[in-house]
This record gives sequence, C-alpha cells and structure tokens, in this order.
Amino acid sequence: MSLISPWRTDFPGILALDAEGQTYLDSAATAQKPQAMLDALLGYYAGGAANVHRAQHLPGERATRAFESSRDKVARWLNAAEPSQIVFTRSATEAFNLLAYGLEHELQAGEQIVISALEHHANLLPWQQLAQRRHLELVVLPLDESGLIDLEQAAGLIGPRTRVLALSQLSNVLGCWQPLTELLALGKAQGALTVVDGAQGVVHGRHDVETLGCDFYVCSSHKLYGPDGVGLLYGRKPALQRLRHWQFGGEMVRVADYQGAEFRAAPLGFEAGTPPIAGVIALGASLDYLAALDAAAVAAHEAALHAQLLTGLRARTGIRLLGAPTVALASFVVEGVHNADLAHLLTEQGIAVRAGHHCAMPLLKRLGLAGAIRVSLGLYNDGADLERFFAALDQALELLR
Amino acid sequence: MNLPAGAEQALAAFGQCLGWEQRARLLMQWGERLPALSDEERCEANRVHGCESQVWLVAEHRDRCWQFRAGSDARLLRGLLALLLARVNGLTGAELATIDLDDWFGQLGLARQLSPSRSNGLNAVLQRMRELTRDAWIP
Repeated sequence: MSLISPWRTDFPGILALDAEGQTYLDSAATAQKPQAMLDALLGYYAGGAANVHRAQHLPGERATRAFESSRDKVARWLNAAEPSQIVFTRSATEAFNLLAYGLEHELQAGEQIVISALEHHANLLPWQQLAQRRHLELVVLPLDESGLIDLEQAAGLIGPRTRVLALSQLSNVLGCWQPLTELLALGKAQGALTVVDGAQGVVHGRHDVETLGCDFYVCSSHKLYGPDGVGLLYGRKPALQRLRHWQFGGEMVRVADYQGAEFRAAPLGFEAGTPPIAGVIALGASLDYLAALDAAAVAAHEAALHAQLLTGLRARTGIRLLGAPTVALASFVVEGVHNADLAHLLTEQGIAVRAGHHCAMPLLKRLGLAGAIRVSLGLYNDGADLERFFAALDQALELLR
Repeated sequence: MNLPAGAEQALAAFGQCLGWEQRARLLMQWGERLPALSDEERCEANRVHGCESQVWLVAEHRDRCWQFRAGSDARLLRGLLALLLARVNGLTGAELATIDLDDWFGQLGLARQLSPSRSNGLNAVLQRMRELTRDAWIP
C-alpha cells in the first residue's frame, strides 16, 4: 500500500503544485507552508501592522507581544533555557555572517577556524572570508566513505590553536547525521567556540541545544515550514556576551549621541533595523502547528518515505548514491548520464528536484562530480510522489541511454 | 528578414506541438548534428561561465558576418546550442543586435529553457555571444 501523509492537506502549496502536475521533492531547498502559517501572515497584516519595540500604542503593543511570543516558541522548540538566547536574523546565512563579524575581535593571526568538507556555502564563506581578513587558518575536516566527518582525523586536526569549530548537523547533500557529540567535545576540550549549522537538521526531529551543548546553533525558518526572510541564532549566554555588535541602527541602540552610542545586549542588540515582523509571527504559527503533530508519527512517515526512496534508487542499475544517506534526502548521479540532461528531462515531466552543486561546490569537487540530483522529502510527501519520480526517472534514463 | 535555412528546418521540426519525449529526442538529434569542437577549442578561453554544464563558444567574424561554433558535455544543451546557432549563424553584427532570441526559442516551444532560474547555460551562452559580438561590432 502506498504511503499516505495525513498532513498533506494542511499544506495548500503542495496541493496546488500537485494540481498543476508538479511533484515537489525539493523541501531541503525550501518547504511548503501549513495553512496555519498563511493565516497568521494574513492575520497580522489584515489585522493592522505595526512596528515592534518602538511604540506605546495598541497596535505596536500587539505586534510586539506576538513577535516576542514567537521568540518564546522558538526557545521552547530548541529547548533553550531563555527566549533571550534567540536572535532573529534575516536568514541562516545572515546568522553565520553575524557570528563571523561578531567574533572577529577575538581571533588573532595564526589561530584556526575548523569546519568540515561538507559545509554549505553559508557555513563556509563567512569563515573563509574572516580567515582572510585576520590571517587565520581555515582547517577543513575530511569525510569518511559514508559521508561522515572522520572522527580520528578530526581528533588530530582540532588542536590548541582552534578557536572556532563550525559544523553541520545534517548535510544538505549527503543526508546523514554527523557525530556532533564527539566532534563538539573535541572542540570544547580545546576551549573553542562551537557552532552548529542546523539548517537541515532542525527540520527532522526535535533537537535540544542544551543537550547538544554547542555555543551557537543556526537554522532558518523557511525550511522548517515557516516563512522565508527569517533566520534563527541560538547562543549560550556566555557565548552571546562575547559577540560584538555588527549591524547598527534601529532599536539595537540603548543610548545614541552624534559621536558615540551604547548598544543593547542580545537579542535586541543584534536585531538592527525593523525585523521581519510578519515572518517571525508566522513562524510562531508554524511551530504551533508542528508542536501539535504526533512527532513519532511524523518521524515514522519520514523514515518510511526515505526507505522507499533508497530502495527505489538502489534497485536501478548505474545509480551512485552520494554518501550513505539516512534521513530526509538522497543525492545521486547516474553512470554515463550527464546530471544536466537528467535534470532537464525530470523537469520536463514535472518533477521538482534539485540538480547541481547544492551550494556545496567544494564538496562536489572533492567527490569528483560536477553536480548531482537531490531528492528531498517533507512531511507532506506521499509514497505516490516517489512513484511519480521513479516513473519519470525511468523514462528519462530510457531516453538518455 | 528571411530565416536562414537551418532555422526554417528547426521551426518546421519544433514549431508544432510536441510532447516532452518527442521534443527531447529531437533536441538530442539536433545536438548530435552539432559539429564537434577540437580539443584545442575546448579550452578555458572559450569556456562559457555561469553554466553547471561545460560549454564552449567560438566566434568568427568574416565578411561582416558572424559564424559561431559551440559544444557542451550535456546532450540536451547541445541540442539547444544547435537551435541557437541555426538562427544566428551568418548574420551581420547589426542583425544580431536586433534579433529577439527569447521569441525564437518561444516559437520552438522552448521558452522555458531561457527562464532566469535555469542554470542550464543557455542564458550564459547568449550573454557571452553578446559580449563577443559587441567587442568586435562593426557598423
């Protein structure tokens, strides 16, 4: 019997795409949104917009309460001790840039920033550019055959000069959980600040930043069934206190004069300018929606879909999986078939998958590939979506071979 | 302006309403007819950047007319290149400057191949073609 998602009808976007003949299997790029989120977005604007943390009037107070209530919900979602440990940014990428600029003053020439070979450009380029500005060494932890960061080599590479260790929890290309407990311990033993890229990981299962024990955790709203334009940065309190302010203006200031100013602490001190108010409020609605779901049922559904995906890919000859994916997605190439040709023919058949380098060019280069096809799953996908994908894949391969 | 013979042929083949499979087969056939570039021509200087596939474009300007040759490692893109060259080869710089290639691919039922979200390289090839011909443009 085909797998049915009981949550599919909560997502108007997936139904609309379906009606248009589009099979959406690109949720790792961005997810469709639940009706509850759309209602919250419309409700905020239609009910009367107002800026937050500025005005004493009723609309301003209402917007501020809703905005801050989202901060509470995010803190609960991640199990942060206090809402003040959550900073809203415009994207996960912006959160990494905040960290790279906010920590710059702590780093001296010759010290190291350590990342891994599978990082998304968002958790690579801000550190790479920081390393260039401050003459630091950017150390790249290698992967083993299955796509996991090699612990033995990591133990040798993370050393006393390591000041920042920034790693992905779940690769957007390889789809496997990284051994973060062991890796973060290696960093902490050297006194390094630890940063976790949770952009993909946060979407699958619940994660507890207290247990994880990282100094910073970064993710985005739009992959977590929330609106785009909102990124999230969690910080441990002592770690947040080490950040220097980096964007200036708006309500991030405490006292301003022509020649000088004093700034607020986190979170507001790092939210310069008018924040994405509607987006933050709507993210709160997405989290309410997600929190009300049966988490075990969601996990079981996602695992069953993923198993169906892997079984189908493995049943076909000439398909090479990238790494050993265990959750959420699978990337692959087909022997003797150009990735762009396959992508072209899948698109022709209404299959929305991602093709190319997946914002991880160095990783693809290291794997010796110009690109790959990635199928990624959301909780609203059905077994029928995968059946359509495989039918289209077979048709495409028949034409190309 | 009369269409070059190759373009007439392309229009006859692609201009009718085709299913995706027929269109893909035709594209691959056209791609196979594209004269191969030599190893020397498949060099970095001739590379078109901004495509996820490898694409090379060589331009020659002779008797006021432009002749292009192109190649790619992706088969369907080779077909698109063949259709492009069928329309533009033999034109003068002035003619090239006025030609509407969006419309051309639209007539062939391939308008979506030029959409801005596409990274298949056709847009990058057009951009490169404009740069090459603008630099050497003789009124």
